[in-house]
Amino acid sequence: MDILKTIEQEQIRTDLPKLEIGDFVKVSLKVKEGTRERLQVFEGTVIAMKGSGITETFTVRRVSYGVGVEKVLPVNSPKIATIEVVRKGQVRRAKLYFLRKRVGKAARIKEKIISK
Amino acid sequence: MKRFILGKKLGMTQVFTEEGLAIPVTAVLAGPVTVVQLKTMEQDGYCAVKVGYTDMKENQTNKPMKGMFEKVSVAPKKFLREIRVENVSEYEVGKEYNVADMFEEGNKIDVTGTSKGKGFAGTVKRHGIATGRNTHGSHFHRAPGSMGMASSPSRVFKGKRLPGHMGTERVTVQNLEVVKVYSDKNLLLIKGAIPGPKGGLLIINEAVKA
Repeated sequence: MDILKTIEQEQIRTDLPKLEIGDFVKVSLKVKEGTRERLQVFEGTVIAMKGSGITETFTVRRVSYGVGVEKVLPVNSPKIATIEVVRKGQVRRAKLYFLRKRVGKAARIKEKIISK
Repeated sequence: MKRFILGKKLGMTQVFTEEGLAIPVTAVLAGPVTVVQLKTMEQDGYCAVKVGYTDMKENQTNKPMKGMFEKVSVAPKKFLREIRVENVSEYEVGKEYNVADMFEEGNKIDVTGTSKGKGFAGTVKRHGIATGRNTHGSHFHRAPGSMGMASSPSRVFKGKRLPGHMGTERVTVQNLEVVKVYSDKNLLLIKGAIPGPKGGLLIINEAVKA
């Protein structure tokens, strides 16, 4: 069992920020087009996190041109170049699936104010 | 030289490739194995290498086994298996083989294990036959169904798929890929699932159909 954990530990990325549910994030993804590689930025709210260890994933949701788009990404995927947490969110739920039914102003999330 | 090793299944996890693909892998603690005996055509009528895996306390061996190990001056081993090979002269009695000697990344292998026991299983689970409908007044759910025709042949044909014991049998999965070899930890990462429970003994051979 411990050997399995060490295999996972080798691949876990320490360069990315810790994500929390409700955070508004900017994820830069490495996209390969033919032979050259470029970065694609995906902005949105983290509405769910699932799994643990190397299999952990997070879901980012945004509304683009009136259509809801969700991306499920492994937290430790090498395809992720950077993650920037733009805004922390104040939420009371672990899964924000209720946002899927809301549009516009109703789909806002309160900002978390971190006092020092 | 035919490549093979004995191992112990540790469990499954996943590994990312450089392109970002997640590959499901089974971790296997493989080797080292020690050659205990060589079976030759002249003496035994077939060619095989008898190897031992995992050390064992000396007081747990019985006298005949102890004598056999002492004769070739090898520490007592828990598991002994014979692997059929074409040429025995490539191996040496008493020599230890590690995973790194046998396999490297990208090799195709066949993995043999003993599948998990499922107990007395019905036809749906054991043979994958269809079930009846559960609702709309149906009284036929998971039963085996018809046994066959009536007065002719007035018997049940041999091989009729019926309930019975399932699992705990020797299963081989062919053409699996070696994803990674850790020579320092005697560890092998194999793409995909492997028969048997965690801790089960595995025989890993190079692929027959590669």
